[in-house]
Amino acid sequence: MPLLRQREVVVADEWVTLVDSMGDSPPADDVPLLVPFAKFRANPDVYRARKGKLGIRLSPADKVEDLAPELPRLSLVALEFTGPGEGRGYTQAKLLRARYHFTGEVRAVGHVKQDQVYLMARVGIDAFELSPGEKPEDAVATLERFKIAYTPGSPLPALRRERFHV
Amino acid sequence: MYRYDEIDQAVVDQRVAEFRDQTRRFLAGELSEDEFRPLRLRNGLYIQRHAPMLRIAIPYGLLNTKQVRKLAFIARTYDRSFGHFTTRQNLQLNWPELKNVPDILEHLASVEMHAIQTSGNCVRNVTADHMAGVAPDELDDPRPYCEILRQWSTLNPEFTYLPRKFKIAVTGSPEDRAASEVHDIGLHMQRDANGGIGFTVYVGGGLGRTPIIGQMLREFLPLKDLLSYLEATLRVYNRYGRRDNIHKARIKILVKSLGIEEFRKQVDAEWQASQDFATHLDMAEVERVRAFFQPPPYEKLEDYDVAADRELEFQTWYRYNTRKHKVPGYRAVFVSLKKHGTVPGDMTSDQMDAVADLADRVSFGMVRATHNQNLLLADVKQSQLYDTWVELKRLGLAMANIGTLTDMIACPGLDFCSLANAGTLNVADQIQKQFDDLDYLYDLGDIEIKMSGCMNACGHHHVGHIGILGVDKHGEEWYQITLGGSVNGFTALGDVIGPSVRQTDVASTIQRIVDLYRQKREDGERFIETYRRIGLKPFKEHVYATSAAA
Repeated sequence: MPLLRQREVVVADEWVTLVDSMGDSPPADDVPLLVPFAKFRANPDVYRARKGKLGIRLSPADKVEDLAPELPRLSLVALEFTGPGEGRGYTQAKLLRARYHFTGEVRAVGHVKQDQVYLMARVGIDAFELSPGEKPEDAVATLERFKIAYTPGSPLPALRRERFHV
Repeated sequence: MYRYDEIDQAVVDQRVAEFRDQTRRFLAGELSEDEFRPLRLRNGLYIQRHAPMLRIAIPYGLLNTKQVRKLAFIARTYDRSFGHFTTRQNLQLNWPELKNVPDILEHLASVEMHAIQTSGNCVRNVTADHMAGVAPDELDDPRPYCEILRQWSTLNPEFTYLPRKFKIAVTGSPEDRAASEVHDIGLHMQRDANGGIGFTVYVGGGLGRTPIIGQMLREFLPLKDLLSYLEATLRVYNRYGRRDNIHKARIKILVKSLGIEEFRKQVDAEWQASQDFATHLDMAEVERVRAFFQPPPYEKLEDYDVAADRELEFQTWYRYNTRKHKVPGYRAVFVSLKKHGTVPGDMTSDQMDAVADLADRVSFGMVRATHNQNLLLADVKQSQLYDTWVELKRLGLAMANIGTLTDMIACPGLDFCSLANAGTLNVADQIQKQFDDLDYLYDLGDIEIKMSGCMNACGHHHVGHIGILGVDKHGEEWYQITLGGSVNGFTALGDVIGPSVRQTDVASTIQRIVDLYRQKREDGERFIETYRRIGLKPFKEHVYATSAAA
């Protein structure tokens, strides 16, 4: 699946996602590891002790508040979009950036089509693991399409003007 | 009226370009139906029984005549030369072809219109009192605030994929003519002790399967906090509204399950915690938008008895189809879209063009859509009322039935809508035929009939004095009747009178209901007042006793 970060195509994603099939042999200690929040909460100290970079993957129902204490040690928060109508990730991203001032990568994963990328970028998502078949250049083009917005949001290079302000 | 600046125009132009590309990808097989659905819905496009249905927004009901002519042109060019005005100040086209929709949207954008977010699980067209700006009882014109909300909600990145649709209505008068208490958010304008504008906020109203009247969320919300507070409300809803069951996903279900106290607590906490990043409404922006809604250049005139010495037909029309205006010498005039034998809310392209010409002559070039599926010419000089009537009569738009039993609201029903269980248009026709004696209609007075073809309640049947709901009974179309609903001034949900009736019996059942009303009414009592006084039981007994005997 193509990964877009800061509007650039990432050829080799350094992050490894923790999955059940890894069993008792998790990746080496220095490999950047993305851990589903439920797994992290079951055994937080194990992951906190790792030397490598740590990321957490939130499902739509996970509360950003619960993740807040971990944010200083995280380099990545991945937000899962389970389908074309799932909208909780937009609020999760907004809260991560605006309320908790998280400066690491916020990545959309799951159902991530070019049609949602612009709105995702506006709430502070800066990396997109695009759905299979999506062309990264199309997704980048959607970020260029909107030059004007009504409500304030994360700055995009193409965006020239907003109506309302924080 | 509000005029687009370069920001507004760019937003709709960008949106048309985006949808053109999405439609191309769908037709080329690059987007699946499941993927295309939420995209087309957010551009007003349903796939209906016969063809796509396109719902065009008329923000807070206001149109200039250039826009009316464009709608006439679109209906003539891309549809069957008519459109259907809805209860939420939208215009629906029932037969556009999918491949033409991007062109239609481009035509709309050329006159500062759009179909953005008229469907889908997002903030819908913001509606207002159709008497805004001319009602004698108004605190302030609600339309500038509707326009601000329109802009704030359009392509709002955080709130475009909500659990379910979200409808906002604003009223500036103590008498609620915008049905705001049956909206997800209803805003009732108020003034504080210093004259500062604010709103009483109602939340969780709605019709549909689970009709609920909105509850008060905040007694006085100062104008400056309008956007930030609605953001907090929508954020709580976006996070905690149910997404597992479409029938339980509206904010009303969340409010009901938490209780209004707990919901308010959560919104207040969210609002407090988001002060430093919430969207700020600065007063310069408010003034910029308000400047677009200055009164038209009224002449200094006196009220006079327009109907004196005129024929009875005009006097009757004057009485039923015009309303008091706050400026002496003017009246607000309803354009009745309820002519007997026609579909409630339907209007042909030729009628639209002719009404545009008329509005240019007599009403400062402006036309309004009302939530009762009529149009309104809001600013007609009393001296021009007679000529206005003559022209409306020529157009078949002067049926003097506003507020009477045949000024009924109906959704398009089974004939057009793929959700409907039963027809509404044939029933409307049946009722119009049963009650075609105007003197009898006037004797019955103010009775609102509202009819929906299914429990989604697009015809607002729960709040009709007489509500009619189409139900499917073993493949046949039957109708459940409710009494005592109300939405203007006092919001109440109707009571089910008893077992549903066959399609052929709807008009005669309504006849029995109004017969009893005529027997029981006391001096000057309206139908709804009699109902509130004597209750459901006598009506029930009368309807079903007669029915059994018949």
